[in-house]
Amino acid sequence: MAERVATATAGSPTRALAGRTFPARYRVATRRAETPDVVTLDLEPLDDPIPPPRPGQFVMLYPFGTGEAAISVSGLGDGGTLQHTIRAVGATTRALCALGRGAVVGVRGPFGSDWGVGSPDLDGLDVVVVAGGLGIAPLRPAVHALLGRPRSGRLSVLVGARSPADLCFADELGRWRRRADLHVAVTVDAAAPGWDGSVGLVTDLLAAAPFDPRRTVALVCGPEVMMRLAARGLEAAGVAPERIRCSLERNMHCAVVRCGHCQLGPLFVCADGPVLPWATVAPLLAVREL
Amino acid sequence: MDGRTGRDEPDAGRGTPAVVVDVDGLDRMIRGLARAGYRVVGPVARDGAVVLDDVDGVADLPAGVGDEQDAGRYRLTGVAGGALFAHTVGPHSARRFLSPPRRTLWSAARDGDGFTVDGPAADDPPVALVGVRGCDLAAIAVQDRVRQRSPHPDPACASARARAFVVAVDCARPASTCFCTSTGTGPAAGPGHDLALTELTDAHGHRFVVRVGSDRGAAALAGVPWRPATAADLDAAARVVGDAAGRITRRLDPARARDVLAAAPEHPHWDDVARRCLSCANCTLVCPTCFCTAVEDVTDLAGGHASRVERWDSCFTLDHSYLHGGAVRGSTRSRYRQWLTHKLSTWWDQFGETGCVGCGRCIAWCPAGIDLVAEVAAIAGAPGESGP
Repeated sequence: MAERVATATAGSPTRALAGRTFPARYRVATRRAETPDVVTLDLEPLDDPIPPPRPGQFVMLYPFGTGEAAISVSGLGDGGTLQHTIRAVGATTRALCALGRGAVVGVRGPFGSDWGVGSPDLDGLDVVVVAGGLGIAPLRPAVHALLGRPRSGRLSVLVGARSPADLCFADELGRWRRRADLHVAVTVDAAAPGWDGSVGLVTDLLAAAPFDPRRTVALVCGPEVMMRLAARGLEAAGVAPERIRCSLERNMHCAVVRCGHCQLGPLFVCADGPVLPWATVAPLLAVREL
Repeated sequence: MDGRTGRDEPDAGRGTPAVVVDVDGLDRMIRGLARAGYRVVGPVARDGAVVLDDVDGVADLPAGVGDEQDAGRYRLTGVAGGALFAHTVGPHSARRFLSPPRRTLWSAARDGDGFTVDGPAADDPPVALVGVRGCDLAAIAVQDRVRQRSPHPDPACASARARAFVVAVDCARPASTCFCTSTGTGPAAGPGHDLALTELTDAHGHRFVVRVGSDRGAAALAGVPWRPATAADLDAAARVVGDAAGRITRRLDPARARDVLAAAPEHPHWDDVARRCLSCANCTLVCPTCFCTAVEDVTDLAGGHASRVERWDSCFTLDHSYLHGGAVRGSTRSRYRQWLTHKLSTWWDQFGETGCVGCGRCIAWCPAGIDLVAEVAAIAGAPGESGP
C-alpha cells in the first residue's frame, strides 16, 4: 500500500514523520528477565531506525493494540539496536514485558533532554551517578558513554535497590566493580540470605565516593523521594544544585508537547525534561500535587 | 445593492477601503465559499444555545437571537432588528473544527507475527468559519502558538489551520461574562481574519461593513455585490464597537494575574474553590485555548486492527496526571489550581502570553458558577476586580 507509513518510500510525504508522529517498527531480538517484574528487550529496526538516542532520552513503545508507554533507553547497540528495561506496572508495560523474541513493537522517538554526557564540559569533572531501583536504566548508557572515552575526572556509580533480587544489571555491576577507573557501590533496603553488601539508603553511599564537590556533576534517577534525598545529600556535600541533574517522571502521554499531561508547573517534562537540573525542579517538587 | 455590483475583488491588505454588503451579499459569499470547496461552519441556534455547525446560507444563521450570560447561566433571548450576530459566544469555538474532539492519528493492522502502520486518511475539506469573534480569533492564534511549541507539530491540524478561511464579526452585544477589553482581544475582531464584518441594523438598512484581511478574503468577495463604505457607514460601525466596549465591565489584568497565581500555589483560597468545583471539566471543554488531549487504542473485535484515536482531554480528570501508583493531582483543589494557574500564569512561561482570551465561557458554563476573574481577585486579596 503506497500510503503505508512504515513501508513508505523516499519522497513520500509521511516518511519524515515515521518514528516521530507515527511509529517505526522494531523486532524483539533478545528478551532477558532482570528481576521477577523487570525485563530488558533488545530491539532491532525493521523500518528505518529512529535517530540515535542520547543517554537519558526516552522513546514511546507501542505493543500492538494496547497503547504507548514512555520508556527510557537503557542501552544502545550496533546497527540502531535499542535496549529498554521495563517494569510491568500497567496494561501497556505488561504487554511490553510479555513480548517474546521476534515480536514486533512500534517505536517513536527519541524524545526529551539527555544527561549531557557527550559534552566536553564534563571533561575534568568528577561524575557521581546515583540510581534507585529502575532508575539505573536511563543511567546505564550514560555510564557506558563516560567509560567509552578518555576523561580526566573520576566516576562513581552508586546503586540502591529494594532487595538483592530487585537489582537490575547485577552481572554488569559485578564487572564494573572490577574496573580500576570506576567506583561502584551497591546497597539494598532489605538484605537476603547470601547478601554481603551494604544495607541502607543509596545516599549513605555518598560518603565513601571519591569526588570533589566543587568540581562534580551528579546524575540522579529513581523514585522522587529517593531523588530528593540524594539531592539533599549531594547539596550537603557541597555540590551545587545546578550541577545535580535528575530525571523526572510524569505522564508522558504524547511525548511531543501536544497532550499537556506531563506538565509540572511551567515545564513540559517530555521536552524540557526528563533530565533537569535540581535547581529547576526542587521548588516545583516542593509543592504537593503540582 | 444600490444597483452596484463589485465586479472586481477589492484589494487586500492594509489601508484597503472597507466595503459594504447586504444580507443577500453575505448569503452569496457563504454559498461561494461552499462552491469553492469549503465546509462552511457558522452559528446556529439549537437546543437552547448558539452552537457552531454547517450552514448553507444566511437562513441558517440565528436571526434575532441574542443571549444572556452570567456565572453558571446561559439563556437565549429575542433581539429586535433581526441581526444575525446579536449573540456573543456559545459553548463551541473554532477549536472544535481546527483540532476536533475526536480523530484518528494512525492505525495498525496485524500482519503475520507483526503489524503494519497506516497514516491517517486524506485531509478533510478545508473549513470556512463564519462569525468568529475577536476573542476566538485570538484563541485561534493562541492555539497556533501552542502547536508551534511541539517539536513535531501534528500535520493534520497544521494543515486544517493553514487552509481554514475565517470570517470574523465584531461583537455588538457583549455578555456580562465578557472581558475581552482586558485581554485586548475584542470586541472588535483583530488580525488573523480573511474577512471581518461589522453588522449594522440602523435606519440605513441591514448591512455589513466588510474589512478585507487577505487575498483569499478579497477573492471570496468576487461575485458578491458590494459598494465602497461611506464615512457614515464607518462611523456607524465604529459606534457599534465603541458602545460594545463601553458595556464590558468585567476586568482582569492578565500580567497581574500571572504574578498573583505564580506566587500563590499554597493559597488557602484554593480550598474554597475546591469546595465549589465539581471537577466536571466543563470549563476546559468550552475554553477556546485548552489543548489537552488523550490518545487511546480502539481495536476491532477480532483484534486485527487498532486505531490510535485522539480525543479532547481535561486536566480535571484523574487520568490526566496518572503515573503508576496513582494521579499526581488527586484532589480537586490541585486540579482547579492546575487549570487556572496554567491558563493565567504558567502559559506565559510556556508560550510568552496569557492563555486566556477573555471570552467568559468558563464562567457561564460552570455548573457551580465559578468565576475565574473573581477567584483571581480573591487570591490577589483585592476586594473584587469584577463588576463596575
